[in-house]
Amino acid sequence: MAPILEVKNLFKNYGATEVLKDINVSIEEGDFLVLVGPSGCGKSTLLNCIAGLEPISGGELFIGGQNMTNVSPKDRDIAMVFQSYALYPTMTVAKNITFGMKVRGIDQATQDAKLKQVAAQLQIEPLLHRKPGQLSGGQRQRVAMGRALVRDPKLFLFDEPLSNLDAKLRVEMRTEIKALHQNLGASMVYVTHDQIEAMTLATKIVVMKGGIIQQIGSPAEIYNRPANLFVADFMGSPAMNLIPAKTRRDNGGTVIEIARKEGDPIVLTDPKNADLPEDVILGVRPEDIADPASRTRDDAQVAECVIDIVEPAGADTYVVMQLGGKHVTARLHAETTAKAGVAQPLAFDLGKVSYFAPETGQRLN
Amino acid sequence: MSKWLQDNMPKIVLAPSFVAVMVFVYGFIGWTAWVSLTRSRLMPRYELDSFIQYERLATSPRFETAMVNLFIFGTLFIVIAMVLGLLLAILLDQKIRTEGALRTIYLYPMALSMIVTGTAWKWILNPGLGLEAMVQGWGFESFEFDWLVDPDMAIYTIVIAAIWQSSGFVMALFLAGLRSVDEEIIKAAQVDGIPHWRVYTAIIIPSMAPIFLSAFIVLAHLAIKSFDLVIALTGGGPGYATDLPATYMYAMAFSRGDIGQAASSAMVMMLVVFAIVVPYLYSELRVKDD
Amino acid sequence: MTDISHTRSPSMARNQSPTVKLVLRVVLYILLGLFALFYLMPLFVMITTSLKSLDEIRTGDLISLPREVTLDAWKTAWATACTGIQCEGVRPFFWNSVLIAIPAVMISTLVGALNGYVVAQWRFKGANIFFALMLFGCFIPFQVVLLPMARVLGIMGIAGTIPGLIFVHVIYGLGFTTLFFRNYYVSIPDELTKAAKVDGAGFFRIFWSIFLPLSLPIIVVTVIWQFTQIWNDFLFGVSFSQAGTQPVTVALNNIVNSTTGVKEYNVDMAAAIIAALPTLLVYVVAGKYFIRGLTAGSVKG
Repeated sequence: MAPILEVKNLFKNYGATEVLKDINVSIEEGDFLVLVGPSGCGKSTLLNCIAGLEPISGGELFIGGQNMTNVSPKDRDIAMVFQSYALYPTMTVAKNITFGMKVRGIDQATQDAKLKQVAAQLQIEPLLHRKPGQLSGGQRQRVAMGRALVRDPKLFLFDEPLSNLDAKLRVEMRTEIKALHQNLGASMVYVTHDQIEAMTLATKIVVMKGGIIQQIGSPAEIYNRPANLFVADFMGSPAMNLIPAKTRRDNGGTVIEIARKEGDPIVLTDPKNADLPEDVILGVRPEDIADPASRTRDDAQVAECVIDIVEPAGADTYVVMQLGGKHVTARLHAETTAKAGVAQPLAFDLGKVSYFAPETGQRLN
Repeated sequence: MSKWLQDNMPKIVLAPSFVAVMVFVYGFIGWTAWVSLTRSRLMPRYELDSFIQYERLATSPRFETAMVNLFIFGTLFIVIAMVLGLLLAILLDQKIRTEGALRTIYLYPMALSMIVTGTAWKWILNPGLGLEAMVQGWGFESFEFDWLVDPDMAIYTIVIAAIWQSSGFVMALFLAGLRSVDEEIIKAAQVDGIPHWRVYTAIIIPSMAPIFLSAFIVLAHLAIKSFDLVIALTGGGPGYATDLPATYMYAMAFSRGDIGQAASSAMVMMLVVFAIVVPYLYSELRVKDD
Repeated sequence: MTDISHTRSPSMARNQSPTVKLVLRVVLYILLGLFALFYLMPLFVMITTSLKSLDEIRTGDLISLPREVTLDAWKTAWATACTGIQCEGVRPFFWNSVLIAIPAVMISTLVGALNGYVVAQWRFKGANIFFALMLFGCFIPFQVVLLPMARVLGIMGIAGTIPGLIFVHVIYGLGFTTLFFRNYYVSIPDELTKAAKVDGAGFFRIFWSIFLPLSLPIIVVTVIWQFTQIWNDFLFGVSFSQAGTQPVTVALNNIVNSTTGVKEYNVDMAAAIIAALPTLLVYVVAGKYFIRGLTAGSVKG
């Protein structure tokens, strides 16, 4: 079967500025594609191009196998949820939801039935006769979702739909969107700058920066094998530790030296990854630097480090130290005895380590 | 609806207005500019003849009077209206219980036609029956207030009436400006123990610079366009003592039948407006583009 | 657009003695009262003069109340005062102004709304230039278009007619109406238009179903602004009308400055009040919107 969405060599310019450069991405039916990146990376522009709200400067775009490059938004069989919800302020919730059907000339009975179904699905029946101004942020969000759901489109588009909600509501709605996706089996494209949203929701993630796709992959691929320093730094919280280090070959493996503020460098060995240049940037997730007691793999290597800062975070305690001239975060047990200014043995697990070339920032292993 | 029509609908909708503006504003300005460079008299002629009309303007004592009047009137009108407007705004900003009513009173002249304003003040300033007669009637026999018929002073009656008409508007502008100053800054100043009047002089008024500019532009623009008020109050007289460029232009165009002079004086007005408005508009639009 | 109707929260505590405070307060109110008198005096004089007989005007003084209230001057002003050769009072001219103002206000508001909608929500290359050109048109001194306009009206065959005046007022009102609506619509998130596009609505549908229902406040502001401008206009009225199609401002000026016969100051004042009544009424009823219109043209946003 043809992919539900296929973007081929898409370019987008505003005058002389290129905002999207050679975008290629496709998703299958039922996929949840998340476009993630810092603000200004072009992710929202890409979504608008998919919706047909922005004309594209080059390339092609297929939805459901049909070439939609020059088709107007209303004929693309899409529905969209906006960051500001974009509810029509003078219409009631019911009219907001049925406006699209009304414009398309769908008969009243069908409109009513669909409205009822969607309202039940989203539990917004009591709100149907209110105006958007009388709703809370979370309720508006639901109505915006309702307006999209009622259309039953080939493709759902979400433009940072949760960014205007407070933290607690955001987590709730995130779960609900995920449930909705699972229940409907619908295809979705979702834009966010929040990498946690991206990780939790996506079946496929596109990480963007400066109008260029940095990496496409499943959440696990993106998290465990970031393609470059940007992706490594952007995805994950706290961010991946990126430590300048020296390597040399040894017995088919690699010996890694990391400078410390005082004392000798830490020396670690990686039995795999033999073919590395001398200077690398070592990427280690905070959870891969842990208490020696809780080490999950046998090949984790223990080294003493002087802790600079201790940050209890409830379930875990993060400690910050300085290695290779960088702040390095490690994730320890909540009950850890680590104290600022005191040396602490830490277990480095190199099983999922990433190496990057310092000059290009590209992944080496 | 065909896709082409749909895609171009915004442009199609703008098109009539665009054409109207291009023809009736810019085209007409062009026409007037062209004619101002000809020897047109009763009928327009289109053979260019250098700056003859502008030379005539330069040597016309009547036009010189008009320009001097514009300068006197414009300066006094703008300065006094701004000072008065600011003063009223500050006075009204002191938690006045009757603020709403007072604001209504200060501003209502702005709703009147200049012709009405001129008519009213013409009556009040009428030496035989108005203010002068009244004060004399109170026993001040030597009181004299005959500016309206005094060629040297008549222009100031226009200043008075124009200020009466427009200062309330300046008040409204400034009051809005005073009220839009960030409350927290004022609170911070109070916590710092800065006296009440210093809060105005050091914080609020300096932060209103854009509003001063706006008020200046609007008032200057009103002054240059002033026409109806002069017609109603003094008719440009005594003689042509209160002529402004606007009344000069009108007289040339419609009673003297001197189209060349009318066009060239209109162009001079236009240039004066240009000199004031263009830098303003330029900065406005540039800011909005950001 | 700035609203001046909210007052500062309780603040500005001063550390002066209660007496000083009280004296300052009294001085403040006296000042404000004096200014109020200054602004009210001409209106008061107009009203009282219009209610006096001509004899009383000659003998009494400017600010005294009429000893005997008479409406004669009002009747004369409305129905029989001479405006040049015609002696029908301001009545026919009052209706001329109504006939000019109503269609001109409606058309320029509607076109301005559409223009503002396009410039704010359907940005395309050149839309900003269009807006700048339009905006600049608000500022030109109309003297610069009087001569060619007189000729063009003649060519179009509507010189000296009421449709001609409507046309002129629409054309030169568009700048402001477009500005008002553009500034209003530009504050409406463009996601609303996008959502409606995805919902399948077209250009006019979005305007009609979504933007127009939102626009009541700015429509009121624009209508009031345009009405005041057009009603109070004198320059176009005097330049492009002829006997019989003149607006009320021109008629008023003709009554006041007609040199024939006895000067009837009471009639002048009555005519002036009649000419001022519609806009005064608008101001009293919808002052808030009137002020917004005034400040909208000059305060940013």
